[in-house]
Parts: sequence; C-alpha cells; structure tokens
Amino acid sequence: MKLSRRAFLTSAGVAGAAATGLVSLPRAARARPVADGMLAMLVDTTRCVGCRACEAACSEANRLPSPAKLGEESVFETTRTTDARSYTVVNRRRQPSNGRAATFAKTQCMHCVDPACVSACLVNALDKLPEGPVVYRADRCIGCRYCMVACPFEIPKFEYDRPLPLIRKCTFCTHRLREGKLPACAEVCPSGALQFGKRRELLEVAKTRIYQNPNRYVHHVYGEHEVGGTSWLYLTDVPFEQLGFRMDLGTTAYPELTWTFLSAVPFVLTLWPPFLMGLYAFTRSRERAAGEPEQETRHE
Amino acid sequence: MNETVAGRVLRRSWVREKLLLGLSPGEYARRLATPFNVVAGLILLVGLPAIVYRFAFGLGAATNLSQTNPWGLWIGVDVLSGVALAAGGYTLASAVYLFGLKQYYPVLRAAVLTGFLGYFFVVVGLLVDLGQPWRIPYPVIYAYGVTSVMFLVAWHVFLYLSVQFLEFCPAILEWLGWKTVRQWATRLTIGATVFGVILSTLHQSALGALFLLAPTKLHPLWYSPFIPIYFFVSSVIAGLAMVIVESALSHRIFTEQIEPGRHADLDRITLGLGKAASVVLFTYFFLKLIGVADGGHWGLLRTPLGHWFLVELGVFVLLPCFLFAHGVRERRVTLVRATAALTVIGIVLNRVNVSLIAFNWNVPDRYVPGFMEVAITITIVTLGLLTFRWIVNRMPVLREHAEYRGAH
Repeated sequence: MKLSRRAFLTSAGVAGAAATGLVSLPRAARARPVADGMLAMLVDTTRCVGCRACEAACSEANRLPSPAKLGEESVFETTRTTDARSYTVVNRRRQPSNGRAATFAKTQCMHCVDPACVSACLVNALDKLPEGPVVYRADRCIGCRYCMVACPFEIPKFEYDRPLPLIRKCTFCTHRLREGKLPACAEVCPSGALQFGKRRELLEVAKTRIYQNPNRYVHHVYGEHEVGGTSWLYLTDVPFEQLGFRMDLGTTAYPELTWTFLSAVPFVLTLWPPFLMGLYAFTRSRERAAGEPEQETRHE
Repeated sequence: MNETVAGRVLRRSWVREKLLLGLSPGEYARRLATPFNVVAGLILLVGLPAIVYRFAFGLGAATNLSQTNPWGLWIGVDVLSGVALAAGGYTLASAVYLFGLKQYYPVLRAAVLTGFLGYFFVVVGLLVDLGQPWRIPYPVIYAYGVTSVMFLVAWHVFLYLSVQFLEFCPAILEWLGWKTVRQWATRLTIGATVFGVILSTLHQSALGALFLLAPTKLHPLWYSPFIPIYFFVSSVIAGLAMVIVESALSHRIFTEQIEPGRHADLDRITLGLGKAASVVLFTYFFLKLIGVADGGHWGLLRTPLGHWFLVELGVFVLLPCFLFAHGVRERRVTLVRATAALTVIGIVLNRVNVSLIAFNWNVPDRYVPGFMEVAITITIVTLGLLTFRWIVNRMPVLREHAEYRGAH
C-alpha cells in the first residue's frame, strides 16, 4: 500500500471534513427547544370528577373505537393503561389522603419538551413540533419499537394484533389545533380539570393556584422539570406517587443521556484511522527490519 | 448449433463443478442424507411456517411481546448477541493485518465469513421482528434521525455488511476463478480492515448505548454510563471465543478440507487466542467493577438480581479468564476450547440480561419468550450454519486455493 502525498492529503482532508460535517448534523438537530411558548395542557386532578368524557371525545376525534364500559363505575376497579386503541385513560385512586372518596388522574402522552422518543427514532417518524405536540408520521415508521424502550412514561403503544403494526399514541389533536379548535379532551371537559394554553402561562396559573391554596395543593407542578419538562402539567392535592406518577425520573432531558456517546462518534472517526494506519506502518517496518517480504508482494 | 451444445455442456459442468461439488445431481442428493441434515430439515419444517405465521397473524400472535416488553428474544439473542458473536471478523482482521500477527491467517477467512454471515442473519432476524420490515433501508436512503443511536447502528450494520463482503470477496473470486478482479479486491484489504475496525468500534458500543435511554427500566447494576465501553470490550471477547469454537468445530466437521499438519497449527492458534481472551476478560472484569463503584451500587449486590449479576461476572467472566490462563499455561487445548464455549454462553447471557432479564426488572409483567419465538431463533441459527457449510464446501475458506498458495 503505497500512498502518494497528494492522495494522502486528499483522503485525510475528506475524512476530516466528513467528521466535521457529521458533528454538525446531529448538533443542529439537537438544538434545545424553547419551552415557554409551546402549547401545553394543565391537568388539575383536584377538579377531575372521573366522568371519562375526555376518553370518549379522544376516541371520536382520533377515530378510535369508543372506550369500554362508558358510564360504568366498575371500569375503575382495575388500573388501566393507554393502548393502541385508547390514547387516554382516566384512573381512580381510592381513599387518597385528601379526605375525598376518590381522586382521578388522566394519563396520555406528556408531550415532553425534549422527548426521549424523538431522540430515539432513527427515521424521524416521531417529531417534536416547535408548537409543542409530539407527532407521529406513520408513513416512515419501520416498527423497531425503540421509542417504547426509551419513553419513561411508557406511552408509545404498538399494534401487536396487526400483521404489519404501527405505533399509536396521543396526537395532542394536532389536526384539530390546525383548524383552530381545542384538543378534544380539553373541549369536552365539564369540570375545568383541563386547561389548554401556552406552557409559560399555564405554569403561572398552576403556581398561582398553589400559592392561593397552600394547604390544599401539593407544592409541585409535575412536568415543570421532570425529564427536562413536559407540555402536560399536573396539579394534585395527594402525593403524586399515590396517583401513579413516577417521581424517580429526574430532571435531565433524556436526549442528554445518549448525547455524550453521540458526541464521541466523530472523535472515533477522526482518531481511529491515523492510529490504526500508524499501527499498520509500525508493523510493516518491523517486518521489513526482520527481513520478511512486504505486504505488496504478498498480494502478488 | 454445435456452439449451443458446447455451451450447454460447459454450463452443466460449471453447475456440477461449482455447485454440486463435482458430483452428479443424483450422487449429490444421496450425500445430503445425513443425520445433521435430517435435524436441520426438521427445524426448518417447524421454523419456516412459524415465520409465515408471524407475518400472517402479527407479532402479538407469534410472540409474547407486550406494551411493557417491546423487545424480546429476537432482539436479545438474534440481534444483540448475534452482532457480538460476529465480532471475530474485525478482531482477527486487525490481528492479522494491523498487528501483523500472520500466524493467525489460517483462521482469518473463516472468521470473516462467520462475521459476514452473522451480520447477514442479524438482518434476517430483524426483518422478522420489525413492524414494517420492507422499510428497513429507510434510515439509509430516505429518513435521517441523526440524533438516534439506532440510526448509527443501522448505518454501521449496512456499511459493515458491505465491508465484510469485500473482505470475503477474494475467496468468492478464487472460487469463480476471476483472477484480475481478485487481485483488485485484495488490494482493498487494508483499507477495508481499518474501516471495519472503526465501524465495529462504533456500532458494537452503540448497541450498548441504546440502553442509555432506559435509566429507569434497566437495573442499576447493568445500567451504567460506561455501557457502550462494556459492549465494545465484550465484543472483542466474543470475537476471540467464537473464532476458537468455530475453528475447532470446522476442523472436526470439514476434515477433508484440512491439510495434514494444519491441526498442530490450529492448536497453537487456539492457545494464542485463548491467551488474548484471558487478558481481555481480566480487563473487562475490572471495567465492570468500576461501573459498580461509580454508581455506588455495592449494596445492590446483596439483592437477588445482585446475586445474578455476580453469577454473570463470576462464572462467565472471571472463571473463563482463569481457565483460559490455566489452559494456555498448561497447553491444554481442549480446556481452552471448552472455556471458549463457556465464554460465548456468557456473552449471550450478558446481552439477554441487559435486554430482557434486568430490563423492566421492577415491572410485574415479565417477559418469557414464546414457542414460536424460540423456534424462529433456532431456525435462523440453523440457516446460518447451513449457509456457512455450503460456502466452506465450495470456496477456499479453510483450505488454500491451489493457485493462490501462500498468497495472502
């Protein structure tokens, strides 16, 4: 392997430029989102009466089968999770510490400010719109299910019963927002438990409620800082754990967890070739010193 | 007219020489009736319909995967373990071409072939597992999720499959007798090797980095910011161990391909590889300890999963490390081979631990693979073995082609 100076400089230059380009691609894609102006939802669980109108409206707006056991008390006997055919579910916790008979909490995609699923998706099928919603483009999903592994809230759901399945999850009613309508759940909520608006404003609303009723609310807005912030914010008057919220998720945005590794990639791409070629050159010169035939002659 | 007859004769003899091992079709068919083939046939008889069933009725019907356990046996064994065990290709190629350890050349081609087929059947396994399998080229040609570790894995598996094909090309071209092209392909070997090592460093570690996004799901003893390093270092171990196992089996099964005297060579090679494996295992053991110390997880070692972690580390890392060292010192080749088999099991166990056993460890809905998942995994391994045999029987992999003796 003889390399002219020109060929060496060319290939080294190309490799260096390629590595630089490779840094800037993900770096540009990793621009930190600005959360303040994002569309968001405030869920005040102290106001939720467990009517499940949001479930029914969601199913209608997203053309899903209507929720099971609508209007039946027995549905609350088990804790339910969202699935490929129901993007939101309301669960009941009995005998909460607030003195009421029951407390209800709605579950759906949290529409993280800097979502794990979006950073996990290798084809950008999941994407965070600058306006706030985390959307799914089914026409490019390959069905690898890494988003399901990555999501700390276990929200993306897979259509296991279909031969060629896709991911399903809450859409934040993006199609309705484009028509200037509210998300279906917020529009239909009769008790004022759901409030739609800009994230910054909703945070102010949430904190005002806490300040004005310091003995009622838990002094924490779930979603303000969890996993780097979410577009769905929660208020409660019982400890969040009792409502099934995970309190161990931390405040680091999940994409940061793989960012260190991805940042190292261009360094490996830049450092390995000269190191390995140097090793090769060293080996060959040692062979030559030992009087062995050169690599070229071995190639015939 | 004479020409067409001549052409047909020529064609028939080409088929006979290249594909039927110089036998007539009848003789060839009779030679296929071996116990191994009967077993392989039975496996395929169960497994291939199972694959059809999966595509007809969906992953829900064919597997025990669930919303909480989206990755199962196919990802844990076929993909994660498959890629690790295919690391022999880059490990041996760097030893021979970059470190100049020419004495390992006799096992290099088989290692590269194992690597290539390993990756090829990883992709086959992935096709069964993916929801929309025909979209598998999307990350390469259509949609670029550049912030995804999986994107890196996809590109690297694609590029590395090509590189390994290139590395194996000389054997195919010798078989076909295309001398000029072979010479041209051989010149690319060093470049391909360097490129292959870079790609392997990155995607072996990237498979570990996938799990960095699951800090609340993967047990703290396995979740570590160093998990990419663990996956990379253990892939070197897997590569070395697999070459020992594969070469031992090949020498036993393809005896007619091995020239007399080569068996003694293989013993020396085996001891050398065992020595290397021992050193890397020792390093890996301490890297794993550093992870426990860094996370401050010593207390977790007293829990049930902590005991399981100690089994993985003690029985499948430290024990083979000492057995390799002892076997090499006492020149006990059989012990080194058995230890290599133990090490291979250990690597698979580690990948299964990370993706299945220690994953979702705190969730009541535990995943256990279903019958069809196991059947399809065994089928894919069987297909790999059959392809390996088909190629070794025809191309100069274990033997040297008479016209290219000493030319490497």
